[in-house]
Amino acid sequence: MVFVGSDDQLTVPTAVKIVIAGGFGTGKTTMVASVSEIAPLRTEELLTEAGVHVDDLVGIEGKDTTTVALDFGRITINTKVVLYLFGTPGQNRFWFMWDELATGAIGAVVLVDTRRLDSSFPSIDFFEHRGIPFIVAVNCFDGSQLYTVDEVRHALDLDEAIPVLLCDARDRESSKAVLVGLIQHSMNRLAAV
Amino acid sequence: MTSREDWWYDEAAGPLVRPYAMVRGRTRPNAPDLHLVTQVRASSFASDQTSLTVEHREIMSLCARPLSVAEVAAYLDVPLVVVKVLLSDLIERGDVLVQTSTPQIPDRDLLQAVLDGVRGI
Repeated sequence: MVFVGSDDQLTVPTAVKIVIAGGFGTGKTTMVASVSEIAPLRTEELLTEAGVHVDDLVGIEGKDTTTVALDFGRITINTKVVLYLFGTPGQNRFWFMWDELATGAIGAVVLVDTRRLDSSFPSIDFFEHRGIPFIVAVNCFDGSQLYTVDEVRHALDLDEAIPVLLCDARDRESSKAVLVGLIQHSMNRLAAV
Repeated sequence: MTSREDWWYDEAAGPLVRPYAMVRGRTRPNAPDLHLVTQVRASSFASDQTSLTVEHREIMSLCARPLSVAEVAAYLDVPLVVVKVLLSDLIERGDVLVQTSTPQIPDRDLLQAVLDGVRGI
């Protein structure tokens, strides 16, 4: 690892990330919380009322600004690697955040609530168009699992190669299995190229 | 539209002028490539901190262990753009060390390590 202004030999870990995406209320932060070693943290980006990303504070005192919140968690893999889990912002107009989140990510979990399947379409489109590995996890909270995996796959018009898993985002083991499924899918994709 | 007076205080966000004041009018981080997960850590040979602001010192204390830019922003409770400016100051002074690499798509060995790690939690 190379550092700017390095004056000692201590290193920092390599950071990797996984994006937890999906429509509003599909359980993204719940999933982050169920596997994170810390209570999910929240960080905020500034943007103008028009939804434009503020990456420069020039003139910001004269503009109406709002914030977009990002919830995230952390799993220390070992002394050399740390994994971050980022929930995507609930509102789809914040696409600029999605780009930053997706850059260099292991991949994405698209959480789906079968009562509102259409709310996951924008997430699936986003990752498909950018060639980012993703899997679909159907969050079966409160016994809301109304459809089979095949029905969900058909309704979402998913390629056969995209894994679809059933999960309970509140359950740690279930959420772990989803992350394992995504990492394996990313490894398979890597092996295929 | 909110009136200009309303703008200065927001119920959820608190006093909105604060981020701008905290960076003393500076508007853009000098250090490039500060991403959400970029790891930063306080140097063990940090310079004299008496001239630093409270926020800078808080960052130095938080970064006694390696943290991501996003974690520093969350613990300091300031927007990302502000923490990037503050971190840039410390990086320029040589007080904070930073990964220079932009996020890379992990290779097979790294993915295997992450897979083993997640299975082990």
